[in-house]
Amino acid sequence: MKKELKLKVNGQPYDIFVKPKTLLVEALRDHLALTGTKRGCNSSSCGACTIMLNGMAVKSCSILALQANGAEIVTIEGLAKGTELSPLQKAFLDHGSYQCGFCTAGMLMATTALLTENPKPTKQEIKEGIDGNICRCTGYNSIIRAVTAVVKGEYKEAK
Amino acid sequence: MIKDFEHFAPKTLKEALTLLDKYQDEAKVICGGQSLLILMRQGLVAPEYVIDIKSISELSYIKTDGKGGLKIGALTTHRTIEKSSQMRDGFAVLAEMETRLASIQTRNWGTIGGNLCHGDPAGDPAPVLIALNATLKMASLKGERSLPAEDFTLDYFETALKTGELLTEIIVPAPPAHTGTAYTKFNIIESDLATVGVAASITLGAGDSCQDIRIALGAAAATPMRAKKAEAVLKGKKITDALLAQAGETASTEADPISDMQASEEYRRELVKVLVPRISKEAIARAKKA
Repeated sequence: MKKELKLKVNGQPYDIFVKPKTLLVEALRDHLALTGTKRGCNSSSCGACTIMLNGMAVKSCSILALQANGAEIVTIEGLAKGTELSPLQKAFLDHGSYQCGFCTAGMLMATTALLTENPKPTKQEIKEGIDGNICRCTGYNSIIRAVTAVVKGEYKEAK
Repeated sequence: MIKDFEHFAPKTLKEALTLLDKYQDEAKVICGGQSLLILMRQGLVAPEYVIDIKSISELSYIKTDGKGGLKIGALTTHRTIEKSSQMRDGFAVLAEMETRLASIQTRNWGTIGGNLCHGDPAGDPAPVLIALNATLKMASLKGERSLPAEDFTLDYFETALKTGELLTEIIVPAPPAHTGTAYTKFNIIESDLATVGVAASITLGAGDSCQDIRIALGAAAATPMRAKKAEAVLKGKKITDALLAQAGETASTEADPISDMQASEEYRRELVKVLVPRISKEAIARAKKA
């Protein structure tokens, strides 16, 4: 039997009905059509499905959608302000921090959460921040360079 | 594919225990679900009823026990423990262990109680809690009971929890004076489970002799285990490198590891042999400063 799920995603309130077995990544992608969040390994290993839930980075493939009832969620679709990309998004572009792009949404959400919690991470802390995210095009160094550039203040927040 | 189930989200411990009592073995408790959902997806666990205790806020806390120890609610997330200012002095090892448990995302949602109830012998918290001589508190509609952390896991993925019972609290006593505790694990990828994990807690007495010692091994048997024979090698003695090496040998003999895709039995025994002296040395160095 379906149950009611109230969510706020990227500032937008949603009220949907889901089966209890629905995972959060499925609610986002299949019910809300927010397909920027990727479903990779589906077993909490790859981090492609990383989103922010009440300000924390979590893996949306490993949370029941109903557990997010009442939560505020930010997905990759919520990072840009209008057409203005977030500092991390801009830095990822400039530093070529992706190749195929499948890990990118998760990487951006993990690093956004990292900088929300710790605006001045060390290189080691940046590495720990993306420890739960796998990039199979081996783009870790360029990702670390992009985050470092944001930490150094080379990218401004959109007004 | 996860099988359909009925979902309950009790808000209080009482409600949760009432539901558990009603549905008994037909029900499975989920909290952070960081381990359980993987098993459900693989079809290894397919409950009719899922009792989702994640939002029982009364079970999420870190308090002092009034005697220098800590009381940690079973629903406290790994990340909360890792970041807590109460994980200092003798408890710093708990925060250190948490920083090595899976990834930040998993630690943000997963709970220490859930990790223990999953009963995976490779889990990180159990060896550390055994070394720290922690007690686990469980509740059911019939009342409460407690068990030493070392008696909680009975077999692979099997715990001492009876039908209708929930793990509610972890009590970590104040370490005695001049005690140091340390934990390490060997794994290939940083965020993986331990191939072998070792925790040691050592209390130094007069002349820096080993007054008391607790060594706990993870992923070295069907359950997290105390290496009591290795402890006996060191207890009451002035610790030397030769004695530490002997304790490592002894621990590797009393361990009972399996071979799996991570490592062979022999390799795990070798890890125990190497890590027991190494982490004991670290515990001693900490004990000297404590």
